[in-house]
Amino acid sequence: MNIYQISFKNLYRNPLTTGLNVMLVAFGVGILCILLLASNQIERKLEQNAKDIDLVVGAKGSPLQLILSSIYHIDFPTGNITVEEAEPIMKNPMVKRAVPLALGDSYEGFRIAGTDSSFIQLYQLEIGKGRYWKQDLEVNIGSTVAKVTGLKPGDKFYGAHGLDGNGDVHKQHMYQVVGVLKPQGNVTDDLVLTNIGSVYKMHEPEGEEEHGSAEHHEEKEISNKEITAILIQYRSPMSVVLFPRMVNKNTNMQAASPAMESARLFSLIGVGLDTLKYFAILIMAISGLSIFISLYNSMKEKKYDLALMRCLGASKGKLFFHVVLEALAVTIVGSCLGILIGHLAVEVIGVYQESAQARLTGSYFVTEELYLILAGLVIGLVASIIPAMQVYKVDIAKTLSKS
Amino acid sequence: MIKIRNLSHNYTGGRRINFPDWDIDSMDQWLLLGASGKGKSTLLNILAGLLSPTEGTVTHNELNLHSLSGTALDRFRGRHIGIVFQQTHLIKALNAIQNLQIASSLAGLTFDDAHAMNLLKDLGIHELRKKYPHELSQGQLQRLSVARALINKPDLLIADEPTSSLDDENAFQVLEMLQTQAKNNQAALVIATHDQRVSQRIDKSYLL
Ligand SMILES: Nc1ncnc2c1ncn2[C@@H]1O[C@H](COP(=O)(O)OP(=O)(O)O)[C@@H](O)[C@H]1O
Ligand SMILES: [Mg+2]
Repeated sequence: MNIYQISFKNLYRNPLTTGLNVMLVAFGVGILCILLLASNQIERKLEQNAKDIDLVVGAKGSPLQLILSSIYHIDFPTGNITVEEAEPIMKNPMVKRAVPLALGDSYEGFRIAGTDSSFIQLYQLEIGKGRYWKQDLEVNIGSTVAKVTGLKPGDKFYGAHGLDGNGDVHKQHMYQVVGVLKPQGNVTDDLVLTNIGSVYKMHEPEGEEEHGSAEHHEEKEISNKEITAILIQYRSPMSVVLFPRMVNKNTNMQAASPAMESARLFSLIGVGLDTLKYFAILIMAISGLSIFISLYNSMKEKKYDLALMRCLGASKGKLFFHVVLEALAVTIVGSCLGILIGHLAVEVIGVYQESAQARLTGSYFVTEELYLILAGLVIGLVASIIPAMQVYKVDIAKTLSKS
Repeated sequence: MIKIRNLSHNYTGGRRINFPDWDIDSMDQWLLLGASGKGKSTLLNILAGLLSPTEGTVTHNELNLHSLSGTALDRFRGRHIGIVFQQTHLIKALNAIQNLQIASSLAGLTFDDAHAMNLLKDLGIHELRKKYPHELSQGQLQRLSVARALINKPDLLIADEPTSSLDDENAFQVLEMLQTQAKNNQAALVIATHDQRVSQRIDKSYLL
């Protein structure tokens, strides 16, 4: 039996107060942990997917939407552009690599992207099983697609019209899986890749809708000689200023920078995140106050124990730490519990998330979590310093001569 | 063993209390007598190192008590002086045996199990060693606090008004217990009291 065990016994003797204080700390830390994990993972996903792409050129509309649809494969495309328009851009001397994309169909919610071999180079894709696609209607599938759908090389399937998986099935042609890609840890794991010709073929016999009705792009399909977007890598960083302006001014298309749009997206989400963050910080402040109050109230009773322990040979410093430890134990247990809650919550959010591309996972740790535990320590310290100062003020003889 | 020389104390705003010189030899048993307000508790607090005298010295085995630093004095008190209070102060979160263990731990000593059992047996409370303070009677609590005062084998056992709130029978019993335990544990005993009933029971007395 030592003095520090008494700290824990005291906590144990007041389970309700202790429980409430632990919960408050845990909730505050938990929310902050969720924010930390989610924003970190989203940011990382955004970076992984856009790493090498300097610019996206597509139909006019919202630049953010263009980026989301053609890099992250989340939103719907802004529309289509003609190959005649696209070709001069792709051949421009400032462009090192231009990857065409033709979107519009999906299989069980996974997007089918028509492209060419430059896409493989851009994302440095590797074949896990089978081979790369060669002819029309041959596809490669990402590792997640393979895992979820169970498709393997040699299997055939019908693509569905539209990107959300609720469209009609294209019954006239069947795709054939010829290869499964190795896991990449980015959006390509969730894609079905084929050549652009396959996408054209799918839509050939159907009645075309009017060109130029950009507002109804959701319903609009790929038609012959049209693509959805071009992913561009510059030859030199100098092009950052000139090239987008050239596209936006001289053509009927728009150019959007992934870096700029992601930053803009983050600043939009940021407002909401900040509110939640301040709420969590408020909870943590309240937890600190609550620990302070319970400790301060218990000092009236504790004064006798402290005076007694001084009589029995305890130094002031030892008793000071004994009081502080009571608060620290609460905040350390609370913040560890909060981090556990945070990870569990993020994992649960991930399970219920619709978009596979941005799936969150709870088994991901960031170094900032250590700061949350540190914050817990600081709260415990700050909340207990004033009550613990009583150790230095208490008049032993006087306290013990009273009952 | 203990020598008090030219000792006086002045509470801020209070009058000066002078204490006659006093020698306490090892295993001496003394009554510290004086009417209420004469300074008995003050002297005990100085002897225990809980209060610093305004003037004069207390030497404990040649060691000037109040020249020790705060922490060293705390440690010295824990190891060499056993204190029995008028009110029994025990730590409520701990059971009887744990209250003894903490006394050893706070003094930086290892707990002597056999010694503890002997003390509890002598005091007739060893069967209650797992009980918490709120489960014990007033008499049992007082016995337990005597055991705690002796657990670290102090040279000096001091008791401040141990009998004043007790009836005759209990007062004499407590006095008897303190005398026996002090003797068995080779500790000197100083009992401060203004209780007339006990004043004849111990030969040596120091009057304030
Ligand atoms: N903490 C204190 N501050 C100021 N005066 C005190 C304090 N303690 C005791 N006194 C005064 O010192 C005198 C001696 O008190 P005390 O030692 O308690 O006497 P006794 O124990 O003999 O009754 C009394 O006049 C009392 O009022
Ligand atoms: Mg007194």
